[in-house]
Amino acid sequence: MKKIIFGVAFLLFFSFLIVSAINMRSFGEPTFSEMDDYFIENAQSETGVNNVVTSIVFDYRGFDTLGEATVLFTAVVGVVALFRRAIK
Amino acid sequence: MKQMSKIVRTITNLLYGFIIIFGFYVIVHGHLTPGGGFQGGAVAASAFALLLVSYGSLNIQKFLKKDLLSILESCGLTMFIVLAFLGLGITFFYNFLANSGSWFGDTAVIGINSGNMNTGGVIPLMNIAVGLEVLSALGVIVLIMAIGAEFTKKKENS
Amino acid sequence: MIDNFPYIAVIIFIGLGIYTLMFKKNLIKIAIGVCLIENGANLFLITLGYRKGAVAPIYTLAPSGQSMVLPTPQALTLTSIVIGIATTALMLSIAMMIYKHYGTLDTDQVRRLRG
Repeated sequence: MKKIIFGVAFLLFFSFLIVSAINMRSFGEPTFSEMDDYFIENAQSETGVNNVVTSIVFDYRGFDTLGEATVLFTAVVGVVALFRRAIK
Repeated sequence: MKQMSKIVRTITNLLYGFIIIFGFYVIVHGHLTPGGGFQGGAVAASAFALLLVSYGSLNIQKFLKKDLLSILESCGLTMFIVLAFLGLGITFFYNFLANSGSWFGDTAVIGINSGNMNTGGVIPLMNIAVGLEVLSALGVIVLIMAIGAEFTKKKENS
Repeated sequence: MIDNFPYIAVIIFIGLGIYTLMFKKNLIKIAIGVCLIENGANLFLITLGYRKGAVAPIYTLAPSGQSMVLPTPQALTLTSIVIGIATTALMLSIAMMIYKHYGTLDTDQVRRLRG
């Protein structure tokens, strides 16, 4: 009985995904790209690097990189705390 | 985990130096070619995984110590935060070394060129800090989980 | 419809991940399901930023006279991949400690809290 309810719910959700994938915008034509055009034009003169992706990750959006380094550090602290009795 | 055969150990002894040097190449040239801190750190951590698989988790504790990797990881994250605070005269995370003429401060040629390593400002230093942190973090995770797998094994009764 | 093929690959990833989460009982298979959903979301982020006939957004020795792909979704995907590593490592460590304490990995038998 529980399996039938789970099966119907899964089929409903998957049909919603299929309908949205078929009606999606066509592949290869982004519509809103003013911010990225500014990044491609001005990244070499303002930061001085040739790699636009690195200048976005470390200079224009450096705060997200700080959050991600903290998440990686917290994961290592969690793993060491779980296996504390095994490494003694 | 037990040791693997002599052929695997010999090839590992020849190969793991080249993998670590390639990882450092991808980290340091992060502002000119595709790559950077996170990608190069993951490549260099795969050398630690190769050493662990071929030597077994009981013998590896003479080569890779957990305390040294843990200190390196803390140094990497501290260097990243100190570099972010140094530009606080104008704003947090300000690139105060770009186009200025001192260390890493040449102005870049606009358009398609072949790459000058002296450019970039604070970005190559941040690449090295994050690369050191990711290398040590993935090494510690792999090492602790291998030691823990020995600890949680069920004893087989014959 | 064959133009939207990357989006169909994304929904196959996410659909298989949700099927594994709902219908399987082994703890390691549930961890694989969560990892599948996360990788499907990363693929969707990269697919959104493509321009037809463009090259990678790097100025070192680039072929001249062509436009460049949008660089911002690539920067967001880098962060998301590292967070996926952290989640998978913690889930597998908790599964190992549950196996040591209960002796089995079946969720129907782990469900009652014992002392």
